[in-house]
Amino acid sequence: MELIKLTIDKRSVEVEKGTTILQAARQIGIDIPTLCYFSLGDMKIENKPGGCRICVVEVEGRRNLAPACATECMAGMVVRTNTIRVLNARRTVLELILSDHPFDCLVCAKSGNCELQDLAHKFGVREIPYKGEQSTYRKDTSPSIIRDVDKCVMCRRCEMMCNDVQSVGALSAVNRGFQSVVAPAFEMNLDKSVCTYCGQCVAVCPTGALTEVDHTRQIIAALADPNKTVVVQTAPAVRAALGEEFGMEPGTLVTGKMVTALREIGFDYVFDTDFAADLTIMEEGTELLGRLGKFLAGDKEVKLPILTSCCPAWVNFFEHNFPELKDVPSTSRSPQQMFGAIAKTYFADKIGVNRKELVVVSVMPCLAKKYECSRDEFKHDNNPDVDFSISTRELAALIKQANIDLVTLPEEDFDNPMGESTGASVIFGTTGGVIEAAVRTAYEVHTGKKLEKVDFEELRGLEGIRHAEVDFDGLKLNIGIAHGLGNARQLLNDVRDGKSEFHAIEIMACPGGCIGGGGQPLHHGNSTILKARQMALYREDAGKPIRKSHENPFIVKLYEEFLGKPMSEKSHHLLHTHYFDKSTKIVVE
Amino acid sequence: MAEIKLPENKLNQLKEVAKSFNNDGGELINVLHKAQEIFGYLPAEVQEVVAKELNVSVAHVYGVVSFYSFFTMTPKGKHPISICLGTACYVRGAEKVLDEFRKLLKIQVGETTPDGKFSLSGLRCVGACGLAPVVTIGEKVYGRVAPDGVKEILAEYKD
Repeated sequence: MELIKLTIDKRSVEVEKGTTILQAARQIGIDIPTLCYFSLGDMKIENKPGGCRICVVEVEGRRNLAPACATECMAGMVVRTNTIRVLNARRTVLELILSDHPFDCLVCAKSGNCELQDLAHKFGVREIPYKGEQSTYRKDTSPSIIRDVDKCVMCRRCEMMCNDVQSVGALSAVNRGFQSVVAPAFEMNLDKSVCTYCGQCVAVCPTGALTEVDHTRQIIAALADPNKTVVVQTAPAVRAALGEEFGMEPGTLVTGKMVTALREIGFDYVFDTDFAADLTIMEEGTELLGRLGKFLAGDKEVKLPILTSCCPAWVNFFEHNFPELKDVPSTSRSPQQMFGAIAKTYFADKIGVNRKELVVVSVMPCLAKKYECSRDEFKHDNNPDVDFSISTRELAALIKQANIDLVTLPEEDFDNPMGESTGASVIFGTTGGVIEAAVRTAYEVHTGKKLEKVDFEELRGLEGIRHAEVDFDGLKLNIGIAHGLGNARQLLNDVRDGKSEFHAIEIMACPGGCIGGGGQPLHHGNSTILKARQMALYREDAGKPIRKSHENPFIVKLYEEFLGKPMSEKSHHLLHTHYFDKSTKIVVE
Repeated sequence: MAEIKLPENKLNQLKEVAKSFNNDGGELINVLHKAQEIFGYLPAEVQEVVAKELNVSVAHVYGVVSFYSFFTMTPKGKHPISICLGTACYVRGAEKVLDEFRKLLKIQVGETTPDGKFSLSGLRCVGACGLAPVVTIGEKVYGRVAPDGVKEILAEYKD
């Protein structure tokens, strides 16, 4: 490792060779403003096209200004980040960007959380001296994501996420000059493209160009309707991030406060998606053991590895990209959909409400969940099992609109029967969690022995692709884990080519799993926030009295009273699904 | 599952082209050049095949096609009209000639008439500056074209 010395604003700093001026300045606490630049630190996610020119600095001996994000430090370099020349150049750049940006900040979905607005505020911009042509492009609304490219600043972060990280390839810069926009192929709408709705483009967009479809109005309408019974379910990762929207430290668990807030907003029953996650483990775990049993008995046809299926963006991804593998993933529906199916049958019967009068709302860290609940196979007589899915951000907005101060709220418990959950289900919210939960149950069912230690450290972490061997009392189980669809693609290519050694693979579309979901509070490139959320979920798991899904007493009761046993006919009908080939086939005329 | 249909011989030619460039995504522009030679233009279907053959996203292919003005997604007309806009032709009134074509055909440069008969494009110098302003229709060259002669020229292409 070669170290080099340079001076930034008269302060000397020593950095590794290859460090950019921006990184070096941040090391010594000098803030250089950025716009297009984006980095998720050690997660190998970086965008530095050097395009926006907001981060320019003066380098002694260099004629023009240098973009700090894309200029490497050199030995003896003398850098000035705040000369009049630099400040004027940055202001001009910003004013030019703003001269082609709509002025509807007051009603923009991104207001208060917009990096462009922050810069305008920081630079003290009070008027735009440039008048000229304005971009006008149609708004594109899909089931999950809204594209309003008039607000695009061409930072290319979404393109980086969609292509380099997720390998989805739904977005690209198209056309040239003033007509350039980031768009799907042939400028078709997102819902006609290969978009998986993972929402990572939304998670990194600095402005209001990419936002989620907002369902809070419909929920308020349902809550105000005296003929409707409205139940809500909250996904595991939401409780580990919601507090951030109210100024709480990242990693603060707000489970109890969130329950109180939902009750105050007026939901008739406050339930937990974690309950359905326990149910998922019962079904998926049984499916895994079933396939393994056949495999061990010499069945050559059995599909292994089994792939998890709770992530809807991942499901969309393989339907588009690996249709030949559509029999490989578990047929278990996601926890969101299992919850909806049980709520609108078992629970609706219990409280004597017709499914059409029962409104099921889910709070998810995810944007793909909005699309998932709109899929036809999850409807009964055109009535969806889950009526509306809102993101963590939308829930925060709903709480704020209701004038509730989350921070000072007392803590309450979820309602029963669909609010009881185990530690196993809580960790669904992080990469590695689903497979750890499955292993806890599958181990005990397969061996008939009690697990001495329920923590499987070897399955945890934030490496993009991980593998571990778990000993099932002599049977060695090979487990693969991938998060981020680009990483998933690597494991999937092996499965397709018959080279995969794994028995089971967990896949989450978003980097970090649901803790980094497209619907979570924006992390603005701070990876310590993701780590804090992950730790919070493991903390919640460790503090739970029951930590294995099959020991959840309400799950046991649900099978006794209603479903029979895992993979029963009723389970198949309500808790399992099938997948579609969404690829484009080329045929000859 | 969506289906796209292409004629077999042209599809095979395109696949051969991709193969000759080792199905390398870095050769996208070269493959698109050849594809446009084969099909005359680059419709969405062709871009889908190119993307698949080179293992790149369709959005990326479209990004390149829409960036370079040489590539076109509109099929050329049966009689492609090119008006020379090089210096010599330009100073001798080529733009007025172009305006007349636009007015009579009701299309812009880069477009094709709805009946597929004519398409309009501008080009730079055909090496016949002595005949400026020059117009070519298909293989035929027209010299010293005046705006009021355009109607007569078009009348030659009745079918």
